[in-house]
Amino acid sequence: MKIVTCIKRVPDTEARLKIAAGRDIDAAGLKFIISPYDEFAVEAALQLREAKGGGEVIVVSVGEAAAAEQLRAALALGADRAVLLEAPPTLDGLVTARALAAELKDANADLYLFGMKAADDDQQQVGPMVAELLGLPCVTVVAELELGDGKILCHREVEGGIEVVEAPLPAVVTITKGKYEPRYPSLKGIMAAKKKPLEEKEAAAGPSRVRLLDLSHPPERPPGKVVGQGADAVPELLRLLREEAKAL
Amino acid sequence: MRASPALACVVPPRYLAAERQRERRLMPRFQPIDFYEFDALLSEEERLVRDTVREWVDDNLLPVIEHATIERRFPKELIPQMAELGIYGANLPEEYGCAGLNSVAYGLIMQELERGDSGIRSFASVQGALCMYPIFAFGSEEQKRSWLPRMARGEVIGCFGLTEPDYGSNPAGMRTTARQDGNGWVLNGAKMWITNGSMADIAIVWAKTGDVDDVASIRGFIVPTKARGFSARDQKGKLSLLASDTSELALQDVRVGPESLLPNSGGLKGPLSCLTQARYGIAWGAIGAALACFDEALRYSKERVQFEHPIGATQLQQLRLVEMLTAITQAQLLTLQLGRLKDRGTARPQQVSLAKRANVSMACDIAREARRLLGANGILVEYQAMRHMANLESVYTYEGTHDIHTLILGQELTGFSAF
Ligand SMILES: Cc1cc2nc3c(=O)[nH]c(=O)nc-3n(C[C@H](O)[C@H](O)[C@H](O)COP(=O)(O)OP(=O)(O)OC[C@H]3O[C@@H](n4cnc5c(N)ncnc54)[C@H](O)[C@@H]3O)c2cc1C
Repeated sequence: MKIVTCIKRVPDTEARLKIAAGRDIDAAGLKFIISPYDEFAVEAALQLREAKGGGEVIVVSVGEAAAAEQLRAALALGADRAVLLEAPPTLDGLVTARALAAELKDANADLYLFGMKAADDDQQQVGPMVAELLGLPCVTVVAELELGDGKILCHREVEGGIEVVEAPLPAVVTITKGKYEPRYPSLKGIMAAKKKPLEEKEAAAGPSRVRLLDLSHPPERPPGKVVGQGADAVPELLRLLREEAKAL
Repeated sequence: MRASPALACVVPPRYLAAERQRERRLMPRFQPIDFYEFDALLSEEERLVRDTVREWVDDNLLPVIEHATIERRFPKELIPQMAELGIYGANLPEEYGCAGLNSVAYGLIMQELERGDSGIRSFASVQGALCMYPIFAFGSEEQKRSWLPRMARGEVIGCFGLTEPDYGSNPAGMRTTARQDGNGWVLNGAKMWITNGSMADIAIVWAKTGDVDDVASIRGFIVPTKARGFSARDQKGKLSLLASDTSELALQDVRVGPESLLPNSGGLKGPLSCLTQARYGIAWGAIGAALACFDEALRYSKERVQFEHPIGATQLQQLRLVEMLTAITQAQLLTLQLGRLKDRGTARPQQVSLAKRANVSMACDIAREARRLLGANGILVEYQAMRHMANLESVYTYEGTHDIHTLILGQELTGFSAF
């Protein structure tokens, strides 16, 4: 079983982001992580490999040289080897998808996993686009995977229920928060990661046709209103909910 | 695995509620101020080690520590989790089942554990620096292969018996004896204030094999706690390190085989070299406790409003916070350099003494000031400051009291022993 998992380096979801010159995120002093949904995908890959009792998990990232840090973090979690496709940051999902497809077209993997979206630009494009470029079936926003004979069963949480979808292998699946609680890397795993192969090469990335024009923080929320205290405040609260908020 | 139909179908929602608990990575995590770009001085690997333990502490230690403190119990459920991470003896070599980390990464682990609670860090210090280390440093190859992997996996828990009721700061005076008996040994004596004492599977016991004033005859023994004549009793009435097992050990004609002796131990330098390892970890641990208190105080100062403004808008509370930040920043840089020296193999015990002494004292001050900044809330267990404050009083005293480190350094400077 050979599983490719694609991961992206993103700013820590905890970080308070500053905007530099009104155009981009100020990276100074910023901590970066594996995008959380991609981390679910890495965990899914590791669990499938463990369930199979063998196989290979390859992590691939398109990004700047610094993304090697996230690849090594994935190796520390247990992936077997890593490939970094170096490219400048882009908002054009197709550029990233083409770079991945060029690398993966001869990968002969059984399964290609992605996070359902990147925690930074939230576009949800790359997984399905890679599937399209590789001509593979694609299932998105999957909470749990189950291996069948030459096929994959994907559990999807839909409104009010759970849907199970089947696809033949090889397939592309994008993972959401579900069964796969990311493990902690073990300290031994962190040490072992140094010895695992990490291949770095230029991405076959074309020009971006989508570009960022402006980046700003949302307007500050107006402060809440205290209408009074205790039971006395209830009539006024009801009036406001009815007349101003029109919630009742 | 559940049987799945081949076609899309709808089954009842099974794990929608549980899903909320899976937001680990999307939940707030501890992120202290890094005022002097300390992180830039760490390697990627060192940061990853720290962040891993940091996250584990947020997810697993902090949620249980309040209850453990109130119930005065060591949270044993954390033992296998720490083993899985590879925390025990993490700086010892991989060939013995350990992680083989450098001293800085090891120190950062201690920092994060003590950011959670000094009691949990104490557990890990004792297991690694005080029990696994002497087996590694003074044990036979057979002892190392037999004990270290199991201890790294948390299957065997250790305690370290040096202190006695009448010999604390002056362990050279110890009364515990080991007498040769056939090819084995018979141990007699009492040890006090022993961390992990009641739950340990083995005790590293230091005893005199010669005369009562023959310090050179001190040897270390690996004593199974289930041996006949060995008993442990919980130390009652503590007001510090409540989430830690502190016990008294009694050894009454405890017979052990020859394989129990640590063959390369001899004299006080055996236990003292273990203490140097543990003190090094404590120097880092104290920074962790200080960071926790500072972080809590800073948050509180921005939220608590008195006289129509946050208390953080007053000069007095700002002074408190600035003093904390200054002391923590100094301690971080000092301790990192100590770690680098240790990795280079040139760190001296006196340098470790300076860091233990300075950092623990610093952390005691910060915990107390944080507690005061929090006002009445500061005395509650829901906040961290007072728990840390009380814990740190033990840390101030064990592993060489603050005073004893003063004497070590005084002697280093002047050449005069003032003990
Ligand atoms: C929670 C806890 C856990 C512990 N865990 C362990 C453990 O796992 N294993 C272990 O072996 N021990 C352990 N200890 C024991 C600890 O190391 C001793 O308490 C410590 O060494 C001090 O000894 P003492 O308490 O007998 O104090 P004493 O040595 O009696 O000291 C009392 C006071 O006198 C001062 N003093 C002593 N000598 C001098 C001097 N020459 N000049 C000036 N002042 C002096 C001291 O600084 C102190 O203020 C633990 C202690 C605590 C509190």
